[in-house]
Amino acid sequence: MKKQIDLFKNVDKLSVLLFLLLIFMGWFNIFAAEIKEGHQSIFDISQNYGKQLLWIITAMMIATVILIFDAKVFPAFAWVIYGVTMIILVAVLLFGTEINASRSWFRIGEFAIQPAEFAKFATALAMAKFLEEKRARKIMLFDTLTALAIIVVPVLLILLQNDTGTAVVFAAFVLVLYREGYISGLLLITGAVAAFLFILTLLVNEFIIIGVIAFIGLILFLRLRNRKREQWQLVGLFVILSVYVYFVDYTFENLLQPHQKARIEVLVSEDVDLQGAGYNLHQSKIAIGSGGLWGKGYLKGTQTKYNFVPEQGTDFIFCTVGEEWGFAGSTVVIGLFVLLLVRLVNLAERQKSGFSRIYGYSVVSVLFIHFAINIGMTMGLVPIIGIPLPFFSYGGSSLWGFTILLFIFLKLDSKRLELL
Amino acid sequence: MQFTPTCARLPAKNVLQIVWQGASWINNKLLFLHEVTGNHPFPTMLTKSRTVYYAHRKKIITGIIILTGMVFIIRLFHIQVIDFTYKLSSSNNVLRHITDYPARGLIYDRNGELLVYNEAHFDLMVIPNQARGIDTTEFCAMLGIDRETYISRMTQARAFSPFRASTFERQISKTTYASFQEKLFRFPGFYVQPRTLRQYPSPLAAHTFGYIGEVGPEVVSNDPYYRSGDYIGISGLERSYEEVLRGQKGLRIRMVDVLNRDIGSYLNGKFDTLAVPGQDLFTTLDGVLQAYGEQLMANKLGSIVAIEPETGEILALVTSPGYDPNLLVGQKRNAMYRQLQNDPLKPLFNRALMAQYPPGSAFKVVNTLIAMQEGVINNHSSFSCFGAYTSGNVTVRCRHHPSPVNILSSIQYSCNTFSCITFRNTIDKPVFGSIQAGLENWRQHVLSLGFGQVFNTDLPFELSGLVVSPDYYDRVYGHRGWRSLTIISLAIGQGELGTTPLQMANLASVIANRGYYVPPHMVRAITHPDSLIRSFQQKIQSTIDQEHFDVMAEAMRLVVKDGTGRASRIDGIEIGGKTGTVQNPHGENHSVFIAFAPVDNPKIAISVVVENAGYGSVYAAPIASLMIEKYLTGQINREWLQQRILNAKIIPQPL
Repeated sequence: MKKQIDLFKNVDKLSVLLFLLLIFMGWFNIFAAEIKEGHQSIFDISQNYGKQLLWIITAMMIATVILIFDAKVFPAFAWVIYGVTMIILVAVLLFGTEINASRSWFRIGEFAIQPAEFAKFATALAMAKFLEEKRARKIMLFDTLTALAIIVVPVLLILLQNDTGTAVVFAAFVLVLYREGYISGLLLITGAVAAFLFILTLLVNEFIIIGVIAFIGLILFLRLRNRKREQWQLVGLFVILSVYVYFVDYTFENLLQPHQKARIEVLVSEDVDLQGAGYNLHQSKIAIGSGGLWGKGYLKGTQTKYNFVPEQGTDFIFCTVGEEWGFAGSTVVIGLFVLLLVRLVNLAERQKSGFSRIYGYSVVSVLFIHFAINIGMTMGLVPIIGIPLPFFSYGGSSLWGFTILLFIFLKLDSKRLELL
Repeated sequence: MQFTPTCARLPAKNVLQIVWQGASWINNKLLFLHEVTGNHPFPTMLTKSRTVYYAHRKKIITGIIILTGMVFIIRLFHIQVIDFTYKLSSSNNVLRHITDYPARGLIYDRNGELLVYNEAHFDLMVIPNQARGIDTTEFCAMLGIDRETYISRMTQARAFSPFRASTFERQISKTTYASFQEKLFRFPGFYVQPRTLRQYPSPLAAHTFGYIGEVGPEVVSNDPYYRSGDYIGISGLERSYEEVLRGQKGLRIRMVDVLNRDIGSYLNGKFDTLAVPGQDLFTTLDGVLQAYGEQLMANKLGSIVAIEPETGEILALVTSPGYDPNLLVGQKRNAMYRQLQNDPLKPLFNRALMAQYPPGSAFKVVNTLIAMQEGVINNHSSFSCFGAYTSGNVTVRCRHHPSPVNILSSIQYSCNTFSCITFRNTIDKPVFGSIQAGLENWRQHVLSLGFGQVFNTDLPFELSGLVVSPDYYDRVYGHRGWRSLTIISLAIGQGELGTTPLQMANLASVIANRGYYVPPHMVRAITHPDSLIRSFQQKIQSTIDQEHFDVMAEAMRLVVKDGTGRASRIDGIEIGGKTGTVQNPHGENHSVFIAFAPVDNPKIAISVVVENAGYGSVYAAPIASLMIEKYLTGQINREWLQQRILNAKIIPQPL
C-alpha cells in the first residue's frame, strides 16, 4: 500500500494533532457537562456524549475519505458543491423540521442534520474558485460585489430559516477579501470603528455622542483653516458619523426583536432580566469565574453538575472548561485554538496556488469567527448568538462541517509542491 | 490520473477497507467526469502580484488572532482570579430562586363591605436533581400519599426539568406545613412556597367576581410576566382587572447548602426585588341588595340587573342559577368546574350579560319614544283597539282593555294595536323614501339607546345583542320583497331582536335620566374608595328629545299605579315600569319587567327576567318591586309577596 502511505506523508502533522486534541478535549468536556445519574457508560448513544463519540468516529472517517480524493477534485467541483448546497438550503426551508424556532434541520430517524454547517465550506470553495479566476486582472468593484454575492446568497437563505446566529458567521469572509486585496485596510478599520460606535451608542445617549463628535470635528475644522478640501471631507465625515449613530439607535429601538435587544442590553448592564437572556450570561460567568486558578477538577464542577448553565454541551461548552479546569485549563484551550489558527495562516501563505491560499484563509476566518464569538459570549464580551465552538461543541453537523472544511485544506496543502 | 490501491482486488475485510475502496471509486468517477468535460489545468499559476503585494496583510490577520486570544486570557484572569464575586465558596453552594407572590387585591362593595379576600396556603416544591437520599417511607407518611404517587410525581417533575422547581403537592395543610418545616433538612431538594387563595365571606355574585386558576400555556408563552404555575383571573372581575389585582411578583435569590438549608441571600440581595401587593377594587355593587336578589331568584332561571341611573354604576347583577364561588377555589376546582359545566341548567353562563332574548312588550317603550321623536304621534293621538290588530292576512291579538288608547294608556295597558300602528307609521314615513331607509332610521334610534352593541366598560364577556339591519331582510326577502307589515313583530318586541338584561336595565336608566345614560360598569374606584375612575363617567345622549321621555316616564308610572303592573305597587314610592311577556317557542313564555324608582329623581333602574314564568306581571314585576323596596327603604313590608316569590320554583322539566 505504498500509495496509501504517500497519501498521508505530506499532510501537516501539527494541524492534525491539534485537530485530534481539540476533538477529544471537547468530548471529555461534553461528557462532564451532560453526565447524569444512572447513565455511566460512555458509549451510551441515547446521551449526547455517546452520540458525540459516534460523530467523532464518523468525522475521522470522513477526514480520511477527503484525503483519499485527488486534490484536483475540489477546485474542479467547487461551483457544483456550492450550487448543490444552496439547493439543499432551499430544500430545508420547504421540507425541513423546526427545532427551537428555526427551520434549519432535516430529521432522519433519531438524528437531525443541519445543512447550514455545510454551507460554510461550500462557500469557501466557491469563493476560492471565483477569486482565483479573477487573479490575472486588476481588482474591480464588480468582482468585489460578486464575491459579496457569493457570501450573501447562503446568508439570506439561512436568515430565512430564522437562524440569525449562523448567518452572522459568514461575515468572516471579509477577512479573506481583505487578504486578497478586495477590501482595503481602511475599510476594515472603518468596520472596527463602526462596531465601537455601535456599542458606545447603546451605552450613551446618541445626542451626546453626536455632540462629542461635533466638538472634536470643530477643533479639527479650525485647525484646517487653510485647506478647504480637507475641511469639506471633515464635514462629510461628521455627517456620515452622525447619521450612523442615529441609525444605530433607531435600529436598536425599532428593528431588533425584543429577545435580540435583550441579549445586547445584558452585556452592558448587569441587572437586566435575570430570568431570561441575562440568566444565561450570568450563569455562564459564574461557572467560569468559580473555576479560580486551577479549576474544581474534572467532573466536580457544581454549576455544571447541577446544570445551571443552559446549552452546556453546545454553545456554552467553554463554561465547563472554565469551571473544571480553571484559568490554567482555559488558557491552554485558548492557546491550542490560537496555535491552530496561526499555523493555518502560515500554511495558507506557503501555497503556490491561489485557489489553495484563498481557501486556506477562508478556513482560518471561519474557524476564527466561531472561536471569537463563542468564547467571547461565554465571558460577556459578545452578545449571545447560538454558534458552536469548532471541534469542541456537541453536534454532528457542525463537527462534520468543520472537519470537511479543515481537511480539504490539509489535502490541498499536502499536494502544494506537486501542483506546480 | 487513475488511482488504484494495490489491494483492490481482495474482498474488503473491514470497515476501513470498505471506506477506502468506496472513496477511491468515487474519486475515480469524479476525475473522469472532470476530464471529459474539458481540460482544466489545476489553477497553479503564480499570481505574484497578488501574493506579494498584499503579503504584509498576513501579519495583520495573525495579529488579530493573537490579540483576540490575549483579550480572552486577560478577561479570564479578571473573572477567575481577581474578581471574587463569581467565586462561590467551596462548600458546593447552589442557588434557589424564590418567587414572592404578593397578596392579591381585595374586592369591596360600594358601602365598604369586604366581598373577596385572601387566605394563605402553601405549595410543596421540589428540585428533582437535589432530591437525593430521601427516606420515601417517612416522606410519604408525612404527606399522606402512597409510594406510587411519590414515584409518578417525581418522574413528572424530572421530565419537566431536573434542575428547575416543580410543584410536588398543592395546598398542603397547615399541620403538614408545620411538620415539614421541622424536618426539611432530611428531604433535600424540597421546599415550601407560600401562595394565596381567594375566600368569600358570603357566597354571592360568583359570576361577577369570576375566579382565578392556573395560567395556561398560551399566556405563558405570550406574556413574560407569567410562569407556569402562576395564578391568573379567568373570568369576571378577576379577569378584567387582572393587572390591577395581581400586583407585582418579587424575587429572592437565596444560597442553599448541601443540607438544603438556607444560608443567606445571594450577593446581599443585589438581584432581589420586592413584591408589590395588588391594588384593591371598590365595586359598585350593593352587597345587601345583591344577596337579596340571589335569594329571590333561587330555584328560578333568569337574571336581575340593577343600575344607579345617574352614574351607570351597577348595584346588583344576579344570574340564576348561580353557584357558590367557594366551590371553584383550591384543589377541588377542576372537578367542580367540570360538574358545573355539565349541568344542563348552565350555572356558569352569566345570563345577565350573555343571554340574548327578544325583549317582548317592554320594547314598546322604545318604539313609542321613536314614534314620538319622528312626530308620527303626539299627545292627542288616539287609536281604537277591540282585541286585535288586523292588516292584510296578518292578525296580532291584544289583551282586553279600555278603548280607545293614547300614548299613556297604550303603555299602561300594553296595547299591541297601538304599537303596530305607530311602528308602521314610523317606518313608512314618506320622507324616508324606501322601506330600507325607514328601517335604518329606526335602527339608529334603537342603537342610540344602548342596544345592539357592547358597552365595553369593565364587564367581561358581554354580548352585543341583535338589532337587525335592512340588509338582512333584503337578503331573506329580496330588495323589494318586504314591507312594514312583514316585520310587524318588531313592533311588539318579538322577531329579529335580541337584547340582554343588561341592555334592558340600561333602557330603564335612560328613561330615568330623561334621555341619556352612563355606560354601566362594575368598579367605581381602585386602591382608594375616593379615587373614582374618570373614564366611566361619560354621559351618552340618545337621539330622542327630553320632552318625550317626560311623557314616557309618566306613562310608566301609570303602569304600576293602575296598569299591567299594578300588583307590584309600593305604598309611598312611585315606580315607573313596563311589563313584558316574551314568547318562547320551547316552552312557557318568559316574564320580563323593567322599572325605575322613584319616578321623580330616580335612584335605581332595574330589569328582571324570569324564564318560563309566564306573564311579566306575575313574577318579574313583583321581584323588581321587592328589590326596589329593599334598596330604597332597607326593609320589606309585604311579607306575603316575599314569601310567594321565595317559595316559587320555576325550573323547566327536561323535554
